[in-house]
Amino acid sequence: MADTSINIRRIIVYGIVWVVAAAWLFPLVVVILNSLRTAEEIAQTSMIGWPRVWAWGNYTQAWDTYCIAQTCSGIRPYMLNSALVTIPATLISTLLGAVAGYAVSLWRFRGDSWIYGIVTIGIFLPQQMRLLPWTLVLRDLGLTNTLAGLVMIHTIQGMSFTTLFCRNYYVSIPADLMKAAKIDGAGFFRIFWRIVLPLSPPILIVTVIWQFTHIWNEFLYGVTFTTGTQQPVTAALIALATSVADVPQHGIQSAAVVVAALPTLLVYLFGGRYFVRGLTAGAVK
Amino acid sequence: MSALVIRDLHKRFGTTEVLKGINLDIDSGDFTVLVGPSGCGKSTLLNIIAGLETASSGDIEIGGRLVNAIPPKDRDIAMVFQTYALYPSMTVRQNITFGMECRNVPKAAQNQAVERVAKLLQIEPLLARKPAQLSGGQRQRVAMGRALVRDPKLFLFDEPLSNLDAKLRVEMRMEIKQLHARIGTSIVYVTHDQIEAMTMATRIAVMHQGEVQQFADPDTVYNRPANLFVARFMGAPPMNTVMARIDAGAVVVGDIRLPAPEAAAAWQGREVVLGIRPECIAEPTRLFGDGSAPIVITAPVEMTEPTGAETIVVMRLGGEKVLGRVAPDTRLANGATARFAVDTRKLCLFDPQTERLIA
Repeated sequence: MADTSINIRRIIVYGIVWVVAAAWLFPLVVVILNSLRTAEEIAQTSMIGWPRVWAWGNYTQAWDTYCIAQTCSGIRPYMLNSALVTIPATLISTLLGAVAGYAVSLWRFRGDSWIYGIVTIGIFLPQQMRLLPWTLVLRDLGLTNTLAGLVMIHTIQGMSFTTLFCRNYYVSIPADLMKAAKIDGAGFFRIFWRIVLPLSPPILIVTVIWQFTHIWNEFLYGVTFTTGTQQPVTAALIALATSVADVPQHGIQSAAVVVAALPTLLVYLFGGRYFVRGLTAGAVK
Repeated sequence: MSALVIRDLHKRFGTTEVLKGINLDIDSGDFTVLVGPSGCGKSTLLNIIAGLETASSGDIEIGGRLVNAIPPKDRDIAMVFQTYALYPSMTVRQNITFGMECRNVPKAAQNQAVERVAKLLQIEPLLARKPAQLSGGQRQRVAMGRALVRDPKLFLFDEPLSNLDAKLRVEMRMEIKQLHARIGTSIVYVTHDQIEAMTMATRIAVMHQGEVQQFADPDTVYNRPANLFVARFMGAPPMNTVMARIDAGAVVVGDIRLPAPEAAAAWQGREVVLGIRPECIAEPTRLFGDGSAPIVITAPVEMTEPTGAETIVVMRLGGEKVLGRVAPDTRLANGATARFAVDTRKLCLFDPQTERLIA
């Protein structure tokens, strides 16, 4: 009796888990399947269906020949734009966040908690609110419609999160460690470089994954501050979706979406477990 | 020469004053222990000596040099922490050389210094390991090695044995004492453990509520405590303190009369607090020191605690609870009245108002 009731309960729990997982995965599966179907097939049957012919050509077209807003180069240049924005912005914001988090957590100075509060308030400000100030800043710096402009925005905005992550991690570093290092004669940067940074990989992995995913997937700034060939791939995908063709090219568009999502999917697949592990780790055992 | 001079040192956190005018003059080569209950300000004082915290007012001199405005690294000190504070990502060797690396000491000299210290502390086989691969006792040794390698004017120890188990603590206590005897550098050692203070120190500073209660050698602190706090803090079990009266050259507790010290004459007819160490109350056959017959008293026994080496007796003296230490084979029934020998040479008398030692 007891065994069957446990079994039934288990079946119910697994059933719910599978339904939820299916609901989450369904859009991804549809997009992947459509990326391998021809436009005619999708038009004749429905948006949901198994490919009759495997249309691998969708990917080559999406990658470098399909036309987006009069430029027939596929999404390749836009992918490159995204990489040129995401990689430097991720690395710089992580490094600066680590230094800032280290400063506010391990060096007490007048106004340190104020600085920390001001930096992290950025997390709670809605993106739309920041559009106008950034527009003015980019104009005054002459960085409108440049990748460098986007790198700057993502670096500065990202520091709210990276500082928060690193600071919360570094507060678990014992105060005695800092005292010992000061008596040993090490200064701000030597302590950071030789003692704090070697303890940091768990939290640096978290911030890098976080920053990379967010900056890569970011759309609003991309579409607002860049146009044409300067756009990141998220903004270009919209242009691609709205480009008027004789027949709606759902297959190619789906292929473009899959390619654009690939970097963050890969980061998730390979880095996901480090992300969870890093969030729960302390600096010193 | 003085290794360390502290003059009129105050420390305030907001409106709370944690150090209320500390004055200490520590001779070169001394092993000074700052002892007191938690919250007495001893660790704050040590941090201020190290330069890790700043005093609100007052002066600190290390080796004759005023160091108030000098950062920790230039104070010619080395420090050992309760948590050891070993750098987790560095090997034992790197932990020990980090200070020299910061001071740009040539590699060859660094290696020489590491060899010397590793040999002294017998940690040569550990040099390539990381702190996480060491036991508590080994970490303790490495932490000391990191301090020793500096050859400073002054060593600062912040409760270095508190994280060790009881057995290891006793071993390391002896080792640190031997080490001090060998290298002779001045040490300021903070602990809340009065046994550590008694066993290791050449001078003890007993602290309480931000003030130094007494600063003297261990013998004086133990036998002639400056006030009731010191009397009750030092010793395990601590000194018994009972209300008494001075009457015609005798200390009177209930119906017991003990010969009063000469200095008590001025207190004729007045109330005092009698302080008597538990080991000064023993089985009636005990002969104390000079071999003369001791004073014998009778007191009701409340309870006994055999520890093996001796038996602690809880008795009533003038209505107050008092502890004595008798030979382990002494048989005493609870509730019975028994006879005890009293060592009257070591009686202490305190002023009940000021709590200071009178005689």
